[in-house]
Amino acid sequence: MDVLKKVQIKEQEPEVRVNNFEEVCLGYSIEEAIEEGSRCIQCKNPRCVKGCPVSIDIPGFIKKIVDKDIKGAFEVINEYSSLPAVCGRVCPQEVQCEQVCIRGIKGEPVAIGKLERFTADWARENNVMPESKSTPNGRKVAVIGSGPAGLSCARELANWGYNVTIFEALHEPGGVLVYGIPEFRLPKERVVKPEIENVKALGVKIETNVIVGKTVTIDELMDVEGYEAVFIGSGAGLPNFMGIPGENANGVFSANEYLTRNNLMKAFDRTYDTPIITGGRVAVVGGGNVAMDAARTALRLGAEVTIVYRRGESELPARTEEVHHAKEEGIKFMFLTNPKEILVNENGWVKGMKCVRMELGEEDSSGRRRPVEIEGSDFVIDVDSVIMSLGTSPNPLISSTTKGLETNKYKCIIADETTGMTSREGVFAGGDAVTGSATVILAMGAGKAAAKAINQYLKSKDS
Amino acid sequence: MLDNNTYTITRKEKLANSIYLMDVKAPRVASHCYPGQFVILMVDEKGERIPLTICDYDREEGTVTIVFQALGNSTKMMADLEVGDGFRDFTGPLGQKSEFVDMPDDELKQKKILFVAGGVGTAPVYPQVKWMKEKGLDVDCIIGARSKEFIILEDPMKEHAKNVYITTDDGSYGMKGNVNDAIKYLINDKGKTYDIIVAIGPMIMMKYVCILTKELGIKTIVSMNPIMIDGTGMCGACRLTIGDEIKFACVDGPEFDGHLVNFDEAMNRLSMYRTEEGKDQLREKEGDTHHHKGCQCHDN
Repeated sequence: MDVLKKVQIKEQEPEVRVNNFEEVCLGYSIEEAIEEGSRCIQCKNPRCVKGCPVSIDIPGFIKKIVDKDIKGAFEVINEYSSLPAVCGRVCPQEVQCEQVCIRGIKGEPVAIGKLERFTADWARENNVMPESKSTPNGRKVAVIGSGPAGLSCARELANWGYNVTIFEALHEPGGVLVYGIPEFRLPKERVVKPEIENVKALGVKIETNVIVGKTVTIDELMDVEGYEAVFIGSGAGLPNFMGIPGENANGVFSANEYLTRNNLMKAFDRTYDTPIITGGRVAVVGGGNVAMDAARTALRLGAEVTIVYRRGESELPARTEEVHHAKEEGIKFMFLTNPKEILVNENGWVKGMKCVRMELGEEDSSGRRRPVEIEGSDFVIDVDSVIMSLGTSPNPLISSTTKGLETNKYKCIIADETTGMTSREGVFAGGDAVTGSATVILAMGAGKAAAKAINQYLKSKDS
Repeated sequence: MLDNNTYTITRKEKLANSIYLMDVKAPRVASHCYPGQFVILMVDEKGERIPLTICDYDREEGTVTIVFQALGNSTKMMADLEVGDGFRDFTGPLGQKSEFVDMPDDELKQKKILFVAGGVGTAPVYPQVKWMKEKGLDVDCIIGARSKEFIILEDPMKEHAKNVYITTDDGSYGMKGNVNDAIKYLINDKGKTYDIIVAIGPMIMMKYVCILTKELGIKTIVSMNPIMIDGTGMCGACRLTIGDEIKFACVDGPEFDGHLVNFDEAMNRLSMYRTEEGKDQLREKEGDTHHHKGCQCHDN
């Protein structure tokens, strides 16, 4: 074993996996996990724990793996995180725990993410489930949204004995875990559903098809239905468009639409009724994880795919592993390129996209260098579909129907960074609904922090 | 296992060949919905999310009334359900209420309103007419369809509208002609004047009504029915060009100022998933009457 390198993990070969929606990464075997775990130096002052948004005792769970006590490893993780099988798969470890791992100074960091994934998968496959910890206190708390923020908040509250109901607008719980992240990164039946069942096993109820703000309001939940506190984890589902000519032509989709059709409505499966456009030449505009997801989905549906991104490769915000997998699968990348117009044929369908070359100028407020058009460098690419993957903003549905809930100019709910308290008493918020689109783990961290604050708030109400 | 019950069908009526009415038990939706809004339902796990504008609601019974035409696979599956069966999912109310709902009574009572209902569009017109009657307003309503067998909700409409004018393309019932002919008849021959026209029906019908009413200078409200996926503002599939802005029908609509709607673009987008099989079906069902200038459902 080379202690400076990660134990290589099995993955589906690119030529095979571009024709299926099965998970790309096949996970570690127990022997591989132990071998990888033994690379961990068990630092006295573990930096990885600080790098984790929910402060998982990483050396703690890794030691259990090395001691072959996988159940014990799961119990350690479970203290801190309610969705380890999800996070092990989708966290950007390379900018979190693994970025600060000491092993990573001389060689590759410990494969913390893959070890978390291994532990969670083992627990699920061996029917190890988290147990309900405390006695019910009968006090009701409403959680809005069954994505990572909501699930995480609900779990913490249930563990403290609260009677929690999650209200979900869609017909399936999970939020981005179900509609946004594709099957080949995060299997729905095999991985997401059991994680959600674990939360429900603690007594949490999930009511689907309830759109808070329309089907019921926060005022009604609190004044009529007896919920003493509310956590808003409604995410950031509103898609951004460029506003360029031709954007409403047939064949132009937001990444949200494309992915929702394929992930939530399972359009890739012919036995499901919702259709999706397949094949042809597709341009995906954007460079984040969602753009990678949309591109790799279109590829699997038979298309020739090009990612069009206005900055350079090193500026791509997507997870390194996703970019790497996308390249292996044959997705082309056009960097320093920005669309200007979508060209439409007589039948109202996309026939091409006019683009312009960019160069990087001064840094903008996000710290990244601003892309600037190079005059006169217009050119046309031949495509018949375009997927706009430009980011999403919070849906104003709740804020526009709840009195006293303040939002900022980006439609994000204003909430305290540590407690999630909003401008409305008893109402807390966290995740993408507050920060704008970010990550699963940050949403979970916010849900967890808000649960703690809600517990303190409700306890203080009594005294 | 989810903690909802299925949404049970408590009443089913066949209004016309392939057009059905159902009352669905959905208490949360029934207690919050208003005219102009819509629901989204799913028959089963593999079905599509189907948007339908609300036809009626009973807040005490906790039921919502929907009307639909069984044209494609999804709606045919719906048509096969009977009283006692249920929908797996049923959510709403989505979209904005009709603008009348929040209008002060004294302002509303001064309006002279004409409702123009085309085919299945009669269903979402009905709750608005009912609303007017409950507010003490006299309104006129044109119900138009291809032929007599497709005229629906005539009696309920007559209970609530002051005057109901029926028109059929083939003259088999009421006047002979389309809804535009009926509008012209009311204005030119019967000397009627209106402040507002509410026109709901197939997009092509609404487009041509708006062309006429723009000439006549009468404000017209339409209810758009683009393709939708989630219906909550998440995907943008239902986006429309209204004036020089992009709006989402599921969040900003479904009702809009008809004179600002880019109908051609909307009709084009409606054809995106039309399969060859579907086009043959449509041709078979609608015969020659669906051929309008600009109709997007066949190849150019």
